[in-house]
Amino acid sequence: MQELSLNILDIVQNSIKANATVVHLSVKKITSECALKIEIKDNGCGMSEEQVEQVMNPFFTTRTTRKVGLGVPFFKMTAEMTGGSFFLDSVVGKGTTVKACYKTDHIDMLPMGDIAATMMSLISVNPDIDFVFNSKVDNQEFCLDTREIKKELEDVPINSGEVLLFIKDFIDENQSNIEIII
Amino acid sequence: MKSLAELKAIKDRVKSSVNVRDDIHGSIRVVVGMATCGIAAGARPVLNAFTEEVAKRKLEHVAITQTGCIGICQYEPVVEIYTPNGEKTTYVKMTAEKVARIVADHIVNGNVVAEYTIGTNTK
Repeated sequence: MQELSLNILDIVQNSIKANATVVHLSVKKITSECALKIEIKDNGCGMSEEQVEQVMNPFFTTRTTRKVGLGVPFFKMTAEMTGGSFFLDSVVGKGTTVKACYKTDHIDMLPMGDIAATMMSLISVNPDIDFVFNSKVDNQEFCLDTREIKKELEDVPINSGEVLLFIKDFIDENQSNIEIII
Repeated sequence: MKSLAELKAIKDRVKSSVNVRDDIHGSIRVVVGMATCGIAAGARPVLNAFTEEVAKRKLEHVAITQTGCIGICQYEPVVEIYTPNGEKTTYVKMTAEKVARIVADHIVNGNVVAEYTIGTNTK
């Protein structure tokens, strides 16, 4: 993966597979401490303790089309190679939370990349799942909640082309304001 | 600066233009592989290019969906197109640039872009 926003897109695929109805994504950056934290929290089916242990192993997957499962190991690696850390919490029937902490001044720090494109991809093909995207860079905050958007749209589908393009521009504009790119 | 207040105008515009959506029979389905292999190979710009191209051309009979890994990771990004006559076309090693041509030739005009298909690319 060339950028963290692709890892995020990949990790959220697990939430989708777990039948989550709401997925929270939060990105927090404290410039003075060179700290970045990415958290993805879903209300999907969750994992048992054995599965949580296995999910870090690249040779574990629930799928049958191939024998490797690289999503979580890749994401974990992006954090650990900057000297950061990775946490995974899961409760069967409640959901899963994945947290990655980065040291942004490390030479192996990946760029955040196009988070607006990631959100647009997720919303376009998962109109029934609600996504809450929160970003906080130092003191500047931004929040996008698809439940609020759906309320405004009433019976117009959130994955109509024009709505998706608006969402992408909306995130883009706000993100360029707060300089989330490292 | 954009704000959510703009959604009201968008809602009204979309509403007035999609009256025909309900009585569509025979829609075309575009399926993009979005597993780790697909994403790492560049599925996100491909998916978004389909969304943008379909929106630009105001195609109401196209449904864009995603799937997981279909087992041919070396050919990712993979896109499958299902047409109403029951045919499935598999496009491999997709890029955002290839999307415009597939939308114009295949989705709008019904001509499969043979040079991008799996049949041409598996030697």
